[in-house]
Amino acid sequence: MRAAAIGYLLLGLLALALPWVGLYPVFLMKLLCFAMFACAYNLLLGFGRMLSFGHAAFFGFAAYVTSWLITAHRVGPAAAVLSGMLVAALLGTIFGGLAIRRRGIYFAMITLALGQLVYFVCLEAPFTGGENGLQGVPRGTLLGLLPLRSDRVMYYLVLAIFVAVFLFIRRVVHSPYGHVLRAIRENEARAISLGYDINRYKLLAFILSAALAGLAGSLNSLVLGFATLSDVQQSTSGEVILMTLLGGTGTFFGPVVGAALVVSLQEYLSDLVGGWVTAIIGVIFVACVLSFRRGIIGELAALRRR
Amino acid sequence: MAAAPHSSVDQFILETRGLTKQFKGFVAVSNVDLRVRRGEIHALIGPNGAGKTTFFNLLTRFLTPDGGQILYCGEDITLARPAELARRGIVRSFQMSAVFPHLTVLENVRIALQRRLSSTFHFWKPASSLAVLDARARELLAQVDLAGFAHTRAVELPYGRKRALELATTLAMAPKLMLLDEPTQGMAHEDVDRVTALIRQAAAERTVLMVEHNMQVVARIADTITVLQRGKVIASGRYAEVARDPQVMEAYMGSAEAALAGAPA
Repeated sequence: MRAAAIGYLLLGLLALALPWVGLYPVFLMKLLCFAMFACAYNLLLGFGRMLSFGHAAFFGFAAYVTSWLITAHRVGPAAAVLSGMLVAALLGTIFGGLAIRRRGIYFAMITLALGQLVYFVCLEAPFTGGENGLQGVPRGTLLGLLPLRSDRVMYYLVLAIFVAVFLFIRRVVHSPYGHVLRAIRENEARAISLGYDINRYKLLAFILSAALAGLAGSLNSLVLGFATLSDVQQSTSGEVILMTLLGGTGTFFGPVVGAALVVSLQEYLSDLVGGWVTAIIGVIFVACVLSFRRGIIGELAALRRR
Repeated sequence: MAAAPHSSVDQFILETRGLTKQFKGFVAVSNVDLRVRRGEIHALIGPNGAGKTTFFNLLTRFLTPDGGQILYCGEDITLARPAELARRGIVRSFQMSAVFPHLTVLENVRIALQRRLSSTFHFWKPASSLAVLDARARELLAQVDLAGFAHTRAVELPYGRKRALELATTLAMAPKLMLLDEPTQGMAHEDVDRVTALIRQAAAERTVLMVEHNMQVVARIADTITVLQRGKVIASGRYAEVARDPQVMEAYMGSAEAALAGAPA
């Protein structure tokens, strides 16, 4: 327990120092946004045991909402990000409300279909800029006080939000609600026989996960200054599953490690090998599922318990 | 259909009228009329495939009947949702042991107690807010002799203890009617005795309807016995009466010896 606390403290200090040791802040922010996305996804998959194939819809659509509010309506960054998150939560209520009526593969297929639907809307709707997406989104000034143009300032804001989300998810899992969710994950029939309307608890997990995924997407678009179709497409849904599995589902820190690994590989390998990066990540994914199914952090935790 | 007279509602906590369930032409439960007297231990017996578990699943609405009616405390519950029935006091156990394997023993019981707090959707509160339930949870664990295992994960308990934990969890719901599906199945001898004693103790304040294969247990604790065969009730009454029924002797008691030896479900 204490070792974990020290570990987190060291990581926190490292995160504070990173922009000063030559790492590109925009890369770090992208990494943090995807780590947030993976943590949100893990809340659903790891703690609720629901496999969604359409989570890019929340991430990407929130990015569009935020970018559109800023470019077309000159909304401030805080309100634009919050709106993106709220719209994602609303979308999650609809997706979740439909999908939780089914389990396993059928659940996954419904989320996949709805995810594709949102992609199509983003491609065709008049406000999304079609193939081009929304470009040139200014970061603006946070609450009229803090200009976000500097990458370092923006980095610390993203870091603070990431830490808040990370702690929030820990709290959710360890809350009275989290205990019920865990019981449902372990034995649905028994949870019903104890009087729990399990679908309502699952729906809440879905909405929370969608809202946090939206927050990650909104922030990501604010960092990069654009929202594009790649945020909302199927491969992004696949990537977040990969990040979560690679790092370790149902662990708190696993998705962060998974996201760091995948984003770093994409960043550095794409310069070296171009399009082959997708194939390399695919091979890593297969190796992970075949030989260390608990993911990196999951396997480490299992080793320590032994 | 005319409402049951008031005295009958007082007397019988649960009643089924013409309850029927078919699976693709195969009639698993056929036109079953059953009345469970308040405060009794009522055993449902019958050879394998007689429809006992299906009947249980109908009662707790894990399955939807094709015909007939279920009355609980005089109210029609035929179309109620399963979680709602649990909240109204009908709590079931399962044939396979039903615990939450990776939760601790204490947490298992607490999940059942937690539902009565208003905080089951509170995702922002710390888990320490559940500590108010610990005293009651420990009391229940002491009742089933699990006090020393509070922080063991349920998956690590031996089988008999798991069933005891399941019983403690069920009792935590303070059910009016407890439905036990083969509570002693697959247990070693001393565990059977322990669980039998527990059921008798639990039944002091409530009604128990149980499916049971072990005739020794049935003979020892059941007040009323109903025998099912091929989905139909063939006899119902006190153990002594039912045991003398020629139809029952032919259909079931003939194999009672096998059941005593612990035949699987």
